[in-house]
Amino acid sequence: MVAIADSVPKPAARFRFILDRRDVLGSILVAPAVLYVLLLVGVPFLMAVYYSLSAYTIYDPSWRFVGLSNFADIVENPVFRQTLYNTFIFTFGSQILGLVLGKFGALVLLRPFPGRKLVRALVILPWAVPIALATVAWEWMFDSLYSVINWTLIALGIVTRSDAPNWLGTPHLAMLSVIVVNAWRFFPFAIVIFLAGITAVPQDVLDAATVDGAGFWRRNYQIIMPMILPIVAVGLVFGIVFTFTDLSIVFLMTMGGPVDATSVLGFSGFQTGINSGDVSHGAAISLFMLPVLLVVVVAMLRFIRRREI
Amino acid sequence: MPRATVTKALQETSFYGAVAFFLVLAAFPFYWMVITSFKSNADLYSVTHIPFWFNDPPTLEHFRYLFEQTLFTTWLLNSLIIGLCVTAITLVTALPGAYSLARMTGRNGEALGIGIFLTYLVPPTLLFLPLSRVIAGLGLQNSMWSLIVVYPTFTIPFCTWLLMGFFKALPVEIEEAAIVDGCSLFGAFVKMAIPLSLPGILTVVIFTFTLTLQEFVYALTFISASDQKPITLGVATDLIRGDIFYWGEIMAGALIASIPVAIAYNLFLDRFISGITGGAVK
Repeated sequence: MVAIADSVPKPAARFRFILDRRDVLGSILVAPAVLYVLLLVGVPFLMAVYYSLSAYTIYDPSWRFVGLSNFADIVENPVFRQTLYNTFIFTFGSQILGLVLGKFGALVLLRPFPGRKLVRALVILPWAVPIALATVAWEWMFDSLYSVINWTLIALGIVTRSDAPNWLGTPHLAMLSVIVVNAWRFFPFAIVIFLAGITAVPQDVLDAATVDGAGFWRRNYQIIMPMILPIVAVGLVFGIVFTFTDLSIVFLMTMGGPVDATSVLGFSGFQTGINSGDVSHGAAISLFMLPVLLVVVVAMLRFIRRREI
Repeated sequence: MPRATVTKALQETSFYGAVAFFLVLAAFPFYWMVITSFKSNADLYSVTHIPFWFNDPPTLEHFRYLFEQTLFTTWLLNSLIIGLCVTAITLVTALPGAYSLARMTGRNGEALGIGIFLTYLVPPTLLFLPLSRVIAGLGLQNSMWSLIVVYPTFTIPFCTWLLMGFFKALPVEIEEAAIVDGCSLFGAFVKMAIPLSLPGILTVVIFTFTLTLQEFVYALTFISASDQKPITLGVATDLIRGDIFYWGEIMAGALIASIPVAIAYNLFLDRFISGITGGAVK
């Protein structure tokens, strides 16, 4: 095609001639997207790094460089260490719970049965519906007085009204609650990912394994699981990244409480940087997400590439 | 023989038990939204009533209050405007970008595409501090237009990635034939590639819209004026007076905002999955 474009070298058509070069037109077409992302993701990212090394607050926007002292400050703070620990518990607790639910849910939805389409549509809901709205519904279900969960527990005789759990007001129960809500939001995504992977396994491979004597579990764990690992890895990257950096569930359900028991990095960065106006320390707190994000993304990219070869 | 029948019956029972478990787990909070939004306050705030159904007749009072006494319709309108503007910005940038990366830039395009997609994974909670300064610099603080500027930072990477997949799936021969017939490169993109990828473009429009409805962190950071809030933020944070939650109204609002997103997701789910998992499934 380049040859065809080259064969019409009329001077009048010079502009068109340039636009008919694949690399030139390609660069022009991709430029707006790249510029938008560079200006509003790349530049702010560098600004976040600089904030964390400066003494910037909204009351004193001085940009004074202070080196790593912000990081030293927050690492010494026991509340921050608690927050860091909470973030890991929150992320891995909800990912493991979500993956287990997702795997079993996929096995259930794989088998044809009447009404499967409707069941699948309803099971997708937690992932589709805006998480802030679903979280508010959970908050209402965990209400200290009118909790439907407690009502059921009392009606079943498991607890009495006087010692019914205060889900969001007790440190460990509050952490359990936010983990459950996040796992609940994530498991339909895991189901969908597992289903997409399993249905992509060629039937002849499975038939061959069956002929060779592989039973249900063997087919499941020695053939299907290794074959769908790349796609599960992609799903897990999404899950970990969005959970590790999440703010909305904790913000709406517990406000980090009681006594910082559910404070996570995203929430703490928001409280410090936006609500208290201490931008430099807030940025430093947020930047603690970065190593984990980098490790997860790089590990998964490498893993996927190796699988494909 | 009867033994086999018993085993079979047991298997069936446990299978449908598992189906019921997942159904209740996933859908109960939404059932709870529905039942709360139609319950009268006397029925709602009672510790003795059985909470799972209506003890008093259902009522529309929460919906009436929501539409007449709150800014709910303003939030709906705000979300609609934000969604439309962000979708327009996203299409104008991601459509040519994705075509270029899929067809014109070769090996570098592949790397650039992955690079753009990775920016989708840069979380709002890392960028909200500097972006709130940028927004203030643009004079857009406390205005929904700040969200129209910021939301494309995640919809463009996401949609570029999705559209790259759609363009790659188109047979390149059609565009080549158009070029041989005298069409310019750009003409082949506009007249051949775009019409042929309309299903992909529709998917992108739907998902851009739902992504803007689902977003919470940027809206929370940039907007505190009630009349500028999008619907998700408004329902989640603005129906609380002091420490009194208007649960009937909150659930009614959440229900109305959830329904379109739920429908869109179910209709476009398969395309979404093949989009985000990219080349991982072959």
